[in-house]
Amino acid sequence: MEICVCIKRYPSLGSAIVLTEDGMAIDTDKLGFTLSPHEECAVEAAVQLKEEHGGTVTLVTLGPEGVEEQIREQFAIGADRAIWVRSETTDVDPQAAAAALGDAIEADGTAFDLILLGSESADNANAQTGVRLAHRLGRPVATAVKGMTIADGTATVERAVGTMREVYTVPLPAVVTVKDGLNIPRYPSVPGRIKARKKPIEEVAGNLADPRIELIGLTVPVRESKGAQDLGAGDEAADALVDVMKQIGVLS
Amino acid sequence: MIIVYVDHDRGEIDPLSFQVVSAARTLDDDVQAVVVGPNAEKCADELGNFGVRTVHHGTHDRIADYTPLASARAVLDVMDRLTPRAVFAAGTPRGSEVLAHIAAIRDLPLVTECSAIELTGPDTAEVTRARWGGNLLERSKVSAQVLLATIQAHAFAATEDPGAAQIEAFDVPVTDADLVVGIVDRTGAQASGVGLAEAKVVVSGGRGMDGPEAFAMLEELADILGGAVGCSRVVTSAGWRPHAEQVGQTGTKVAPELYLAFGISGATQHIAGCKSAKTLIAVNTDAQAPIMTHADYAVVDNLHTLLPALIEKARAAKGA
Ligand SMILES: Cc1cc2nc3c(=O)[nH]c(=O)nc-3n(C[C@H](O)[C@H](O)[C@H](O)COP(=O)(O)OP(=O)(O)OC[C@H]3O[C@@H](n4cnc5c(N)ncnc54)[C@H](O)[C@@H]3O)c2cc1C
Ligand SMILES: Nc1ncnc2c1ncn2[C@@H]1O[C@H](COP(=O)(O)O)[C@@H](O)[C@H]1O
Repeated sequence: MEICVCIKRYPSLGSAIVLTEDGMAIDTDKLGFTLSPHEECAVEAAVQLKEEHGGTVTLVTLGPEGVEEQIREQFAIGADRAIWVRSETTDVDPQAAAAALGDAIEADGTAFDLILLGSESADNANAQTGVRLAHRLGRPVATAVKGMTIADGTATVERAVGTMREVYTVPLPAVVTVKDGLNIPRYPSVPGRIKARKKPIEEVAGNLADPRIELIGLTVPVRESKGAQDLGAGDEAADALVDVMKQIGVLS
Repeated sequence: MIIVYVDHDRGEIDPLSFQVVSAARTLDDDVQAVVVGPNAEKCADELGNFGVRTVHHGTHDRIADYTPLASARAVLDVMDRLTPRAVFAAGTPRGSEVLAHIAAIRDLPLVTECSAIELTGPDTAEVTRARWGGNLLERSKVSAQVLLATIQAHAFAATEDPGAAQIEAFDVPVTDADLVVGIVDRTGAQASGVGLAEAKVVVSGGRGMDGPEAFAMLEELADILGGAVGCSRVVTSAGWRPHAEQVGQTGTKVAPELYLAFGISGATQHIAGCKSAKTLIAVNTDAQAPIMTHADYAVVDNLHTLLPALIEKARAAKGA
């Protein structure tokens, strides 16, 4: 099976968001970078399918310098090659980003049986790149899935809705967008990390259309510290907790 | 005029759609709904209650259940006939994908997770939308003759304006390709996920639980309080608990009376899922943990020694 996974590099936010002075971006000077759980699950699913059916896993990412770190990390768990679509930022208009990813996949020419994405990006939650890509490539698409099996050229996928699961079938070749919880992504092994160094990254220039959504500014919603009341420790704290729970009416 | 795509399951409207209709009514008096599929005519009475006067009901003998692309075709058909200024939907899995299909087919921009919308000109709008699970707000200008947007859950109250809605039935123009992906079956969920989103009390554990064993104590406490067990992503990715229990940006969003966080540091992505809790109690060995700034009550202690005492005292208080 030829499988493609679209991954994106995100800042590791920690416990507070700091903006640049002009309020137009997150100040990432002191931050590390990571993938989103949705996309980690997508790569894990791709690697599991490769182990079961053979084939290769190709990563595609649109972003600036630095994204190699996330690519090598996913090489270490089993992805084989990557296409890096170079752009000045990952914070791209979703319409333009989907088109650029589509260009790169088409130009690559590999007949992918399955293209996986996250259901929504961790930073922007545009929730549309996968569907736009599917239309662009003329393929069926299923979105926001938490379960997937492939047999006889068909993907059977499940979507969690409340306490139920909806089941859809999608004939391959197809696009599927996945959610955290689809599987438990493995940790990279030492041999995996060593192999990852030699796997190929092909760099292509990103050709981005003019944005239709223009940023005016960002704000971090002020959440005043609630000034937590210290209930002490040990038995004293356990008594105080019981009192609080009685007070707010959850224990009677 | 604004069109709202109404997400329903076999005639049961997702209540978020009433918030979407109400959001649309703050911008335009004429809000019309599109519902698709068998049983959808049932939706008209309820929508009438929220100020919708026209419900466009699309059917086709080949649309037996929810079919994303066919739903998009139905909305497109109504859009072509009525040229609305905007098309909205709830940010549910269905609302999101139907609008994404419309956006892709018409090559239009789509803004998601909107908490405020202003129509500033014939083809411009300004929106406020949530990023990073609501930890960051974006203000943006969108250029499009038809504004496509999904509305953030609970950003707008559902406001009633009782009246009768007229049903306009129409045939959805579908091709074979539009019918390829649709619901083929439904299955029950794992019991473990049941109730977390609605629970009045959530007893949640993080890395500080040190393994799956200590969760037995959280189950016990949840049982005494009639609540549900939750956890952080560190816990699900270690396989200690099922993903259905994960609280946060990529897990479940909860809004209980009481959220108890045991050994959870309070990363922004976890807070995204529990910030709507009325009261938050944090139990953590680290008084400087970020969770403390979100807590109403703090216990700086080892959860492994605190929990047995707490369970015993809570059980005694309940019996008393
Ligand atoms: C895009 C993205 C999405 C994410 N989505 C989610 C999500 O949906 N939900 C989620 O939870 N995370 C999510 N994460 C992960 C998140 O960033 C954090 O890594 C995670 O929430 C940390 O979990 P934790 O608090 O259990 O662990 P840690 O951050 O390691 O914290 C453990 C805490 O336990 C305390 N502790 C240790 N021992 C004890 C003890 N004996 N008694 C009391 N306290 C003790 C420590 O002081 C510490 O504060 C996401 C990350 C990304 C990048
Ligand atoms: N710059 C990018 N590079 C690679 N993949 C991306 C990029 N932006 C979005 N994606 C993919 O599209 C998914 C959904 O993103 P979005 O439509 O922005 O919510 C993400 O989870 C990624 O899998």
